[in-house]
Amino acid sequence: MKREPIDQFAAKQSDERRTSVRLGSNACHEKRTQVLHEDYADVDLLRKLAGQIKQHTLEHLDSYLEKAEEKLRARGVKVHFALDAEAACQSVLDILQARGAKRLVKTKTMVSEEIELLPFLERHGVECFETDLGEFIVQLDADRPSHIVKPILHKNRREIARTFQQKGLGTYDDTPEVITRRAREFLRRKYLEADVGLSGANFVSAESGRLVLVTNEGNSRFCLAAPRCHIAVVGIEKLVPDDRSLSVFLNLLARSATGQRLSVYTEFICGARSADAPDGPEEMHVIFLDNGRTEVLGTEYREILRCLRCGACLNVCPVYRQASGHAYRSVYPGPVGAVLSPLLAGKRFLELADLPKASTLCGACAEVCPVDIPIPDLLVRLRNRGKQEGAPSGATPSLGGFAKLASMPIAWKAALGMGKLVDHMPRAVQPGPLRAWQGERDLPAWRGGAFRSWFRKRGKKA
Amino acid sequence: MTDARDEIFARIRAALKPLEARTTLPTFDASVAIARHAQAMPDLVAAFTQALEAVHGRAFRDPTALAAWLRTKEATLGYVDPEVLAALGPAFATELTLETSFSRARVDDYHFGITRAAGAIAESGTIILDDRSTPVRLAALAPWIHIAVVPRSRIHACIPDAISALGDDANIIWCTGPSKTADVEGILIEGVHGPGEQVALIVDG
Repeated sequence: MKREPIDQFAAKQSDERRTSVRLGSNACHEKRTQVLHEDYADVDLLRKLAGQIKQHTLEHLDSYLEKAEEKLRARGVKVHFALDAEAACQSVLDILQARGAKRLVKTKTMVSEEIELLPFLERHGVECFETDLGEFIVQLDADRPSHIVKPILHKNRREIARTFQQKGLGTYDDTPEVITRRAREFLRRKYLEADVGLSGANFVSAESGRLVLVTNEGNSRFCLAAPRCHIAVVGIEKLVPDDRSLSVFLNLLARSATGQRLSVYTEFICGARSADAPDGPEEMHVIFLDNGRTEVLGTEYREILRCLRCGACLNVCPVYRQASGHAYRSVYPGPVGAVLSPLLAGKRFLELADLPKASTLCGACAEVCPVDIPIPDLLVRLRNRGKQEGAPSGATPSLGGFAKLASMPIAWKAALGMGKLVDHMPRAVQPGPLRAWQGERDLPAWRGGAFRSWFRKRGKKA
Repeated sequence: MTDARDEIFARIRAALKPLEARTTLPTFDASVAIARHAQAMPDLVAAFTQALEAVHGRAFRDPTALAAWLRTKEATLGYVDPEVLAALGPAFATELTLETSFSRARVDDYHFGITRAAGAIAESGTIILDDRSTPVRLAALAPWIHIAVVPRSRIHACIPDAISALGDDANIIWCTGPSKTADVEGILIEGVHGPGEQVALIVDG
């Protein structure tokens, strides 16, 4: 992805795209708030409970992961472990090759984006189709999703209709219903021809081994009804202790993500089909992925691993709304991405160390998070880490000079007086950075020293 | 493979070792997750019907009325699970073409699929299917209209109740209304890959 600071990316964005993102994210946020507060007297109580359950699970992850593995194996599921993206991709390919499988359909899963699974499989001659409508459009466009839940939040119907026309899916028609029907028709064949259906998982219950998949379109069910083999790639942080806690998470997830009380399809899967059933996979594989997660687990950032990927923090974030997801140059955008992406980048941390600065620290993300992640605190800690590791400060002016000035009373006093000069200084002779800054803004009139003189006079009167 | 497994567990243990105190699993009453509207539902059939309609699904009590509605939709050919044939009554036998085996080669021919539900959830208008009750997964998915036969005694009040009744089926799916998307400009479109009509036929038993 192009290395470009968020503010520069955002400034270049077309008005059309900015409007799509702003309206889309705001609508999601308002629906979320309305349904949560309508349905629960104390939303914060539920968020904190969910956060605590997740935190507990993470802090006992070894035993929960082991339990889930045991349960799944007992059900005949083949369980694999992958240390990194490359190993996970290879593991999927090995399963495909062992079955002689050439065609794959998949559901929407962020972890497959993270490990860049599709380009890998395509390089190895596997025909792959995204089946979530948004992801399918992203695939046709060779684009990237810009939102965790709504991958094409940045596109409007005209762009989609143009793509469909170019890719031979009918003549130009930008009616959303026509677009949807065409995808239905096209993908139906693909499901039936596919050898393997690939999914992620929203939750894994350690108690029962159940993978829980939450979707709306029915594509996930098709991926697990027509093909003969199911592969799930799952981050190890997806564990929850038991089935019982799922009622807390399921109630929070759909409301936080899309403002629905429950998503259309909630699937609970812990094995292949029974021998006498005609539909469904005869073989099921689960690949548990680390890819930097255990490293995060050992740090003061471990709370970010609670994340359910609902996207609520994106929708409410003033920076995301202006910048859109692609500005974050990584798979996970928005406030959660600003924390998670640099952490998961491992040795390439410094390349993404500017992301935690793309926040006003207004705290809205923490207030909407269904698992109560203190995102602003984590952002501040990451800024600190970036500074310590020598991350370049980019366009941000250094505060070193200010710190010196502010710690020397005489210099400070002099500066307060000198500041007045700027008011009378023609722009052409101002120092370079100040002139550039004023290119699009006006400096307010200098008020330096006003407080001191007011305070002095006040003292005399008393 | 074993190496990666051992390495991941070793990494997790190493990461957690320095933690002085670990967060305990909070004790909670499952009722905290029950939404306000679901806290008192004296009539589960009525509550289920209302919730199903709220997500644009339909509920029928009378097979004859359902058969009449199918005709208005010009839905004449369908798959039916042989086990529920008897519950459908004469209206289905005379006016609609029913097949009791589902052909994968002709998935688009069926106007409707009638399957057995394992249960339902009143709070959310959810139809529960599992592999034991609905072994033909495609029949509940590919046709435009899906009809699930729901015995009234199998309607759970709320999500926590349905979770505790999950049982041991390896594949359970909760269907809450027609398949839908809002990916294109946030505009709601129903019938994306799955059914555009999600119907419950509530029967005694």
